[in-house]
Formats: sequence, C-alpha cells, structure tokens
Amino acid sequence: MSVDTETVRHIARLARISVSDSEVEALAPELSNILGWIEQLQAVDVSGIEPMTAVIPNRLRLREDAVTEGGITDSVLANAPVAEHGFFAVPKVIE
Amino acid sequence: MTHHTDLGIAALRDGVRNGDFSAVEVARAHIEAVEKGRALNAFLVETPDLAMAAAEAADKDRAAGELKPLSGVPLGIKDLFATKGVQTTAGSRILEGFTPVYESHVSGRLLAAGAGMLGKLNMDEFAMGSSNETSGYGAVISPWRRKDKGNAPLAPGGSSGGSSSAVAARLCPGATGTDTGGSIRQPAAFTGIAGIKPTYGRCSRWGIVAFASSLDQAGPMARDVRDCAIMLEVMAGFDPKDSTSLDLPVPKWEASLSADLRGRKVGIPKEYRIDGVPAEIDSVWQQGIEWLRDAGAEIVNVSLPHTRYALPTYYIIAPAEASSNLARYDGVRYGKRVQPDGASLNEMYEATRAAGFGPEVKRRIMIGTYVLSAGFYDAYFNQAQKVRALIARDFEQVWGKVDLLLTPTAPSAAFALGEKSADPIAMYLNDVFAVPASLAGLPAMSVPAGLDGQGLPLGLQLIGQPLDEQAVLDAGLAIEQRAGFTHRAERWW
Repeated sequence: MSVDTETVRHIARLARISVSDSEVEALAPELSNILGWIEQLQAVDVSGIEPMTAVIPNRLRLREDAVTEGGITDSVLANAPVAEHGFFAVPKVIE
Repeated sequence: MTHHTDLGIAALRDGVRNGDFSAVEVARAHIEAVEKGRALNAFLVETPDLAMAAAEAADKDRAAGELKPLSGVPLGIKDLFATKGVQTTAGSRILEGFTPVYESHVSGRLLAAGAGMLGKLNMDEFAMGSSNETSGYGAVISPWRRKDKGNAPLAPGGSSGGSSSAVAARLCPGATGTDTGGSIRQPAAFTGIAGIKPTYGRCSRWGIVAFASSLDQAGPMARDVRDCAIMLEVMAGFDPKDSTSLDLPVPKWEASLSADLRGRKVGIPKEYRIDGVPAEIDSVWQQGIEWLRDAGAEIVNVSLPHTRYALPTYYIIAPAEASSNLARYDGVRYGKRVQPDGASLNEMYEATRAAGFGPEVKRRIMIGTYVLSAGFYDAYFNQAQKVRALIARDFEQVWGKVDLLLTPTAPSAAFALGEKSADPIAMYLNDVFAVPASLAGLPAMSVPAGLDGQGLPLGLQLIGQPLDEQAVLDAGLAIEQRAGFTHRAERWW
C-alpha cells in the first residue's frame, strides 16, 4: 500500500491535525511503510470468523435512569483554556 | 543498617507495622532519593508533601492500631493516572498544566489503602512507545549501564519507563504502570524488576488517560513478585464507572503465593522462537524452563499458530482506538489551545493538535484515522478484529493442555536511546512477545531472570489463563527464587 501526499493531506484533515508541506513529504513514505507492513494480515484466512468485540466475556450493565450528580460547573470548567459565563468558549462559529 | 530505599513494599509495610521504623522515616528517605535521582528524568512532578502527609497519617494509624494494607509505603504513579490536584499530562505537551479535579479509581484505591504518592512518573506520550523517547518532557534514562563502560544512556523501556527506572533505581519501592501492548512487561524486563498486567477488566480504567480502550490495563511494577501481588490486590476490584470492569471478588494473591508447581503444566510456544533474537535470550528461556521443571511443573511444547500476526493486528487496532480516544484533545475542554489570529474553530483544532502532539502520536492517529476511513474499514479494522479472534482462539485451544505459558518478555536487552527511534517498525518489534497476551486480554508478568553479556537484565514472561493471576504469580515466584536475581544498577546519578 502506497500512500501519496494527497492521501496524507486528506487523512490529516480528517484527524484535524495541520501538517506542513515538509511533514507531508516525510509522512507519506512513513505511513506507506507501516501500512505495507500491516498488509500481511490480508493473507490470513478468516472465513467464518466473527470480529472480536470483547476479550473477556462481560455483560453491559444497566443502571437506574436517574440523575446521580450534577451542579459541578466550576469543576467541569476548571481546566478549560477559555471559559465564559459558565460555558466553554470557542472561536465564533456562526456569522 | 539497611537503607529504607533498599526495602521493598512487603518489608516497608511489615517494618512500619512492627515498629522497626516509622512511616515518616521511610517517606523522608524516598523523598531524598527522588530529589537525588533527577538525572534519570523519571519524575515529571514530585509531591513530597503528599508522601509526607500519608506517612504522618500512617504513623498515627499505627498508634491507633488502625493500619491499612499499604500504610507506610510510598509509591510512584505513572502520569497516565488522573491525580486530584496534581498535574496529569500522559507525557504529552497537549495536557501541560491539566490538573484533574478527580482521582483515578486505581490510584484512589492505593491512596485509600494508606500508600503515599511521591510524584508522577514520566512515560511515552499517551503511552505510545517502547523506549520513553516519545515523552513530551524528555526521555527517561535507565539506571543501568553497559558493562563495557560505554556511557551510552540506555532506554528504560516503555511506555512505563519512568516507573521502571524509578523502581530499579530505588527511588520508590513500587509504581503503577499501564500495559496496552507490553508497556508494563517490557520496561520491567529492561530494568530488572517485576511487573504484571492482570486480566483485562481486573483494574478499572476510570481516570486513566485512554489510549486503546480494549487493551489498556493497569498493573503494578515492583522489585519482586510478592510486592506485585500486594499492590495488585489493592489496585484490582470492581468499579461501576468502567463498563468493562469485572464484577468479581479480588483473590488473596499474596497469601496464596506458592512456588510449588507440582501438578502444573507449562506450555512453551514454538512460534516465540523467532529469527534474529540473540542467543542469550534463548538461553535464559531454556534456563527458565529448567527452573520451572525444578519447581515441579511439567513442560509441554505447544503451538500458537497466529502469533506472527499479533503485531500487525495490534498496529491496526491500537491506533484505530487511539485516533478515536485522542479526538477529545481539541483545545476546548482542557490542556493546550493554539488559536492563530482570526482562526476558525476547525483551524483552532488543527493548530492545537499540530502543536500539542509529538510525531509518534501524530503518526498513530493518522494510521488509525486511515484504517477507519471510508473504504478501508473492512479491509483493515474488521480484518484485524477477526485475526484478533483467531489469536485469542489459539490461546483458548492450548488452555486445554497447559495451565500457563513461559516465553521471553522482549526480543533484546535494553538498547541505547536513539538507537531505534529512526525506524518505527524496528521499535514496534520490541513488543513482539508481549502483544499476543494483550490482544487476548490475558494476565501476563515479566520477572527478572538473568543478565546478558553486557550486564543488562533479561526478563521472562509468564502468560496465564483469564483470571488466573495466581498461576502467573506462583510461577514468577518459582523463577525468582531460582534466578536469585540480586543485581542492581551501579549508581551514577
């Protein structure tokens, strides 16, 4: 599997990581190499095998649908880079 | 007189209980060792006040006759565990300054059991690495040096390299680690200490910064098997806040420890003999086989045919889960924000993540994003989950014939910093023996078994059946008793 620079830019966009031209040039062969190495899995016969969903059998638990905590706005916002009026603040998204 | 920092967890616990020394004396000795050990770069944050406060409480509890299981024992906590009021970065610059308002379940259990916290231990960024070189705060240095006196600083292993370095250098008697694909076992092997990854679900993941949620497990790293058992008993236990936490009683692993392996069958998987592994690794493995036989175990040759696919499977599943888990670092809720003038929301995300993540983390997020992207999901991710099922089935099929498995922990002794950092795949190969047990969720432990020609530690790995940590610990103890591993790094720091 060979990853071209356009694919690197596409993936970086999906991953929300800005990449410089030189990073793109470096990442393309690196990712190609790694993806080429994992390509060997295509050779494994998996007919009739279900994809694994849990390593140790465990049942998802349900709890009562009730409010158990809340009113901790200050704690929730304590580490926010920017918080205003009890909310996380982000750059303007609506014109 | 023996120095307090030479004592392990059991000895410190018992010494405080018997009144041989006070918890405050113990804490003071370790706080001093941590300060003097700064050249190792093992601690990102030192918390002497917390260690001292816990020690004072332990001495008071002793006077009142109310000692707790870990009263008087100071520990290091890997920086992946959220610690209330103490910076938690997961080794990443993107979380610089993040100060949790809550305590992780596992570290909370340790503190509630009377343990003191000496500080937060350095690690590979978001636990992605096998050498500690991906830390955003500089690599940890192993206390070990090669015998040829070449002064090349060696890797302490990773990702729990701050933990392994600190325990081996006697800055703390034990530390928490986490293991996604070998991050407890490989660093333990590199530094001549013991470490166990329990069955997936034994330790709650709540409050542990997530890397690959279907693989992440916490576990103890300490100087011997008994100390690991003591710590694990406190760390394990049901937590309703983690949906994969197992609602099962925690066995009395320490009290049940026994090096008598009569009636136990130990499998030797032939696929773990791979090309290019130094002869010294093979001979320490052979030695381990003899030791277990001497302890009464029957040795059985077994086959795990899909072993060679474990590493590529891991490097699809772990990055895929990581790309999803690390989506939360967006500069909005915590950590770093980079907002160029006039940037849109998307541009802020992209700038924040570009500045905050290091190269290995970016690489893995990109791989994960790629294998999950439209058109590739089936060919990569689904295929990997099917191969993962086959790897787990290999293990299930040998459990009918044997009770546990013995393998080397890592394909080499510690390497020098910088030696493997240019080639990601060469670095990934470090975990070739560790990853299969991770993919199958099995308990697995590394114990020190000997030294190589350069005087560097080599470890042996024991892999057990689901929930059978006891068999793993017992066999680890049998090896430990026969290996008589008393070597330690000569102090240069």
